[in-house]
Amino acid sequence: MSEAALHIEGLSKRFGGLPAIQDVSLRVMPGERRLIIGPNGAGKTTLFNLITGDLRPDAGSVRLFGEDLSPLPTQQRIHKGLARTYQILTLFPRETLVHNVVLALLGLAPQRWNSWSALVGYGALFEAARAALADVGLAERADRIVAETSYGERRRLELAMALAQKPKILLLDEPLAGLSQEERQSIQALLTKIPRDVTIVMIEHDMDVALAYAERITVLHYGQVIVEGTRAEVVADPRTKEVYLGD
Amino acid sequence: MSRPLATALVLALGLAVLPWLLGNEFYVNLTSQILIYALAALSLNILVGYAGLTSLGHAAYFGGAAYACAWLISRGGVDPTVAAVGAVAFGTALAAVFGVLSLRATGLGFLMITLALGQIMWGLAYRWNGLTGGDNGMRMGARPAPLGLDISRPMPFYYFTAIVFGVALFCLWRLARSPFGASLRGTRDQPRRMRMLGHNVWLVQWVAFVMAGFWGSIAGVLFVYYNQFISPNTLALQQSAEILLMSILGGAGSLAGPIVGAVVITLVKNLASSYVDRWNTLLGVIFVVSVMFMPEGLVPGSQRLWRRFTGTAAKPQADAPPSNAGALVRRSSGRSEGA
Repeated sequence: MSEAALHIEGLSKRFGGLPAIQDVSLRVMPGERRLIIGPNGAGKTTLFNLITGDLRPDAGSVRLFGEDLSPLPTQQRIHKGLARTYQILTLFPRETLVHNVVLALLGLAPQRWNSWSALVGYGALFEAARAALADVGLAERADRIVAETSYGERRRLELAMALAQKPKILLLDEPLAGLSQEERQSIQALLTKIPRDVTIVMIEHDMDVALAYAERITVLHYGQVIVEGTRAEVVADPRTKEVYLGD
Repeated sequence: MSRPLATALVLALGLAVLPWLLGNEFYVNLTSQILIYALAALSLNILVGYAGLTSLGHAAYFGGAAYACAWLISRGGVDPTVAAVGAVAFGTALAAVFGVLSLRATGLGFLMITLALGQIMWGLAYRWNGLTGGDNGMRMGARPAPLGLDISRPMPFYYFTAIVFGVALFCLWRLARSPFGASLRGTRDQPRRMRMLGHNVWLVQWVAFVMAGFWGSIAGVLFVYYNQFISPNTLALQQSAEILLMSILGGAGSLAGPIVGAVVITLVKNLASSYVDRWNTLLGVIFVVSVMFMPEGLVPGSQRLWRRFTGTAAKPQADAPPSNAGALVRRSSGRSEGA
């Protein structure tokens, strides 16, 4: 059996008496596009928070290419090749777009500890940041302040910040949330362009887009994996209809 | 000529000719005091303005270094240069330890821990008679001569202070525009995202804390040089609060803000107090008025009013936090963002 990019085993998390994630196990293979669906409160975002280390699990383990992430704080997991976007935009609103991406690049660059040289002197960082913005179609907007951009542009910026870090595993938390139909399609096109050396795990509610994109789908319900399989298998499964698609 | 270079030259020239314009020794001494407090406020501004961490215990490093310097010279008989280095090392090391303790919390919790640690330092100075002279404080025989420089007269002391201040301001200006400065502001605005981008938020904040302690200690050494006397008042909560108010009044998160704050407060304390008995009330009125009309501080506030007056479009300042009143609230509610 080849090594999984992301291997989750027996993961559990309770908030007080409420089980948010119960004994969840997942294997995502390198290059895979995995979709995680489930109704509100199913524990999807909690699962992401456990993978990134924002939350500590009560039990279970998370492995990245075989390496146990459990003892590592969030920022060190990022250095191992993990990146994530947020459902609720988490940007630096009073900075320019390019500065936002530069902060993302600095997170992995040792220069971030330099308190003497001028940041603007790091031409390579800014070039890389502008390239990342160009990749998501924001080249002309690079020098705008985030607060002066549209919601759709901010969604793209979220993506650019994650992609600029050249992650091995990218966690996308509802990258299409709140977008118009047109914007969805253009973001979807961006997602399709992401090279296969990036493994993607995505939470999404928009079934049309999501189903077309994902190869394997995991359905979460009340913190448990209910169904897992290929697109066809999951859609055909009566339990999916019951918990998610409704009747 | 670039704008920063021009600003630096004007500033240096201004500091150089200022005592000649003032003439009177009283005003020269007053200007030295302003520079010392401006440095203290600038050092605290690393935490308050750039890191968004409001500390009410900055007197611990300012006063701690001042005590260490006075003790080393008057009790230890140490060479003044060595004493100055030792005092700054002591203040910085203290900040390193207190930083570890304080950064267990953010927002109001952070404020309370720094306040408590500051009060411990004050209590030690006040009670530990054998070491600190207690309430009587410690007196130095004469103003020390670091590096063999005779700075006993007001003019030489002023220039000595101005040079130290200038070097500090230059370093802090470099800090503000460096990658570390950018990361620090990032941890202020979005700590959770910064972690998710690979930044060690705790360590960034701790390094900022130690830097604030280092520059605060240097201000403390200048302070004890100036007064040639140290008492527990220098470690008191009022001292911490005054430095914090200087940072905030002028506008935290910029370099000009804390300087303006130090000028206003030191002038009111020293000049207005000779004309009005209730100068504390006057200071209070200044605070209330500035909070009402310029909640972001005097410097950014005046810039805003100036832009409105001249009709130029408002440009959001990437450097400064939206308002300093907001800084506290934002940080204390920061925990709930991870819903």
